[in-house]
Amino acid sequence: MQRSGSQKQQNYMFGNGTVTRGLTMKTIDLAVQSVTDLNRELHAQADKLNEKDWFVENPKGQHNIAVGLDEEISVDIKGPTGYYAAGMNKKATVTIHGNAGQGVAENMMSGKVHVTGNASQCAGATAHGGLLVIDGDAGARCGISMKGIDIVVKGSIGHMSCFMGQAGNLVVCGDAGETLGDSLYEVHIYVKGSVDSLGADCIEKEMRQEHIDELQGLLDAAGVDDEPSLFKRYGSARQLYNFQVDNASAY
Amino acid sequence: MSNNDKKYENGLRESATFDRKTIDDIQRAADTGIYDIRGFGAKRKVPHFDDLLFLGASMSRYPLEGYREKCNTKVTLGTRFAKNPIELDIPVTIAGMSFGALSANAKEALGRGASIAGTSTTTGDGGMTPEERGQSKNLVYQYLPSRYGMNPDDLRKADAIEIVLGQGAKPGGGGMLLGQKVTERVAGMRTLPIGVDQRSACRHPDWTGPDDLAIKILELREITDWKVPIYIKVGATRTYYDVKLAVKAGADVIVVDGMQGGTAATQEVFIEHVGIPTLAAIPQAVQALKEMGMHRKVQLIVSGGIRNGADIAKCMALGADAVAIGTAALVALGCNDPKWEEEYNKIGSAAGFYDDYQDGKDPAGISTQDPELSKRMDPVAGGRRLANFLSVLTMEAQTLARACGKSDLRNLEPEDLVALTIEASAMARVPLAGTSWIPGQTGF
Repeated sequence: MQRSGSQKQQNYMFGNGTVTRGLTMKTIDLAVQSVTDLNRELHAQADKLNEKDWFVENPKGQHNIAVGLDEEISVDIKGPTGYYAAGMNKKATVTIHGNAGQGVAENMMSGKVHVTGNASQCAGATAHGGLLVIDGDAGARCGISMKGIDIVVKGSIGHMSCFMGQAGNLVVCGDAGETLGDSLYEVHIYVKGSVDSLGADCIEKEMRQEHIDELQGLLDAAGVDDEPSLFKRYGSARQLYNFQVDNASAY
Repeated sequence: MSNNDKKYENGLRESATFDRKTIDDIQRAADTGIYDIRGFGAKRKVPHFDDLLFLGASMSRYPLEGYREKCNTKVTLGTRFAKNPIELDIPVTIAGMSFGALSANAKEALGRGASIAGTSTTTGDGGMTPEERGQSKNLVYQYLPSRYGMNPDDLRKADAIEIVLGQGAKPGGGGMLLGQKVTERVAGMRTLPIGVDQRSACRHPDWTGPDDLAIKILELREITDWKVPIYIKVGATRTYYDVKLAVKAGADVIVVDGMQGGTAATQEVFIEHVGIPTLAAIPQAVQALKEMGMHRKVQLIVSGGIRNGADIAKCMALGADAVAIGTAALVALGCNDPKWEEEYNKIGSAAGFYDDYQDGKDPAGISTQDPELSKRMDPVAGGRRLANFLSVLTMEAQTLARACGKSDLRNLEPEDLVALTIEASAMARVPLAGTSWIPGQTGF
């Protein structure tokens, strides 16, 4: 397979504006090469780092793009991705210039994943660390079983989000769908807009200064100019942590 | 004469419907207000491998010399897509059991025993421990709905990945680990508060059906650069359909766990009332594989109530490529050993009956996180005992295979078997002994 356009100067249109990147970077064209070729080249950077900046053309919603990265590289994906883009990411910064399919950044360990469009369901599922920023909306089950990741959604999120969330922070600048935070453990959830309903054992909690500070840090990291005091905090009531007869109806 | 025998002599009659166990269950429920949770597997009697017999060779078949002629036991798993399939010396693997459910010493012992015997062991819900990885030549890393401790580094250290959709003890249910076993180390590995009654998810969080699963499998292959085999494990229920879907989704190996399969903690009602016997599941799985032209290409591992070489030989004869043992391996390590009788009695149990794995008070130091109890499980001695047991299992299976004239365990075939009962005959799809009748398949 021929690699197209590597080591060349590029100008690209992103979203509402032009981003000019006069960098030498390696470009992989998924109209020419396979996702497996791309992942193999990106994985090789963990053994020997020789390209910091990568550019992916013509993703066209293919699945499993840029999964299992393990090096401090930057990957810009020009267009929409399918399932599990940037899955299990470690260290890398991945930007999806478009919409992301199911399970974007699932089980991320560290690094940053930025979706400039909307994300489908299960965004950031089970992720242990790193930062996921979604400029648009996220579908159902955003942050399901999250284990330490920080997720900032500039739009709204769908139903059953943060189900069984264990650790980390979920920030929603828009609204949250039904059954938010069902069976929650220790995730901090911040929502600016409305919440359709809370799931089992999830309650609204007091917004103390430490939470304002934490939220401000998350908004800053995500590049969101919003006022932390306008958000409400939700968390676990911790009533279902141990089996109790009187809670039987909740099990 | 026991007290109950005396009662019977006095003309008292126990109800078959409301027997003593049932009465005890009702009274326990009324006392506590919560269902009974326990470990071990199904205790009710179901059609099993004891209901099958081998037809040894005589006039019409030619046996192999029992002690001299070779009978191959090696098996290669994951030949469909993986660059590095797993090569095992014996077709008896160690099933997934978590650190958390088991002590670190017990996990290490399983790794040691499996490595001596030339087979694989498997992680469980809760991640991979260094003790286990270090002592396991071939380690299968389970990918479970909870994703506790799941990380790409351990994924790449694994020799195979087993995507767990369910287990025989509780198809349709998630894992459970009660607070007394969620110690600082266990909680840390699972990112949970110390001491919570941990309820694992029963559904995978980021895929919802077989078409999604196909993409998930590709993701795992991409992350591991297509090197390691990917197994799919299902609890035995609609096995025929599940196996077909697993093949379609891209599995290298399928693990089918029958209802007798063990658990560390599950509701008793779940253990005893969900799933089908291992015996009934194998022919369904093999039929599905054969119809797709994938028998032996996608390997089949069978588990759930496998105790001896005869069980293994019967699984192989019905078409399995390998088996997995869990409860039997724990017993080999020393679970339910009569030497702890006094201590079992102190916690309201007895050697031979102990199933309270969920409590974490195992006198044998196996299903516990108590540091003092764990010390009783010597990983080196335990590993040796397990290796001995695996060796006996293999020799027993070889004995039966040779008697049937087979130079490879996988050459055993359904034609070598008959059933003792009509139920077993119908489930295993082999004739009732002394007849050519297979209920549901042939006329009497």
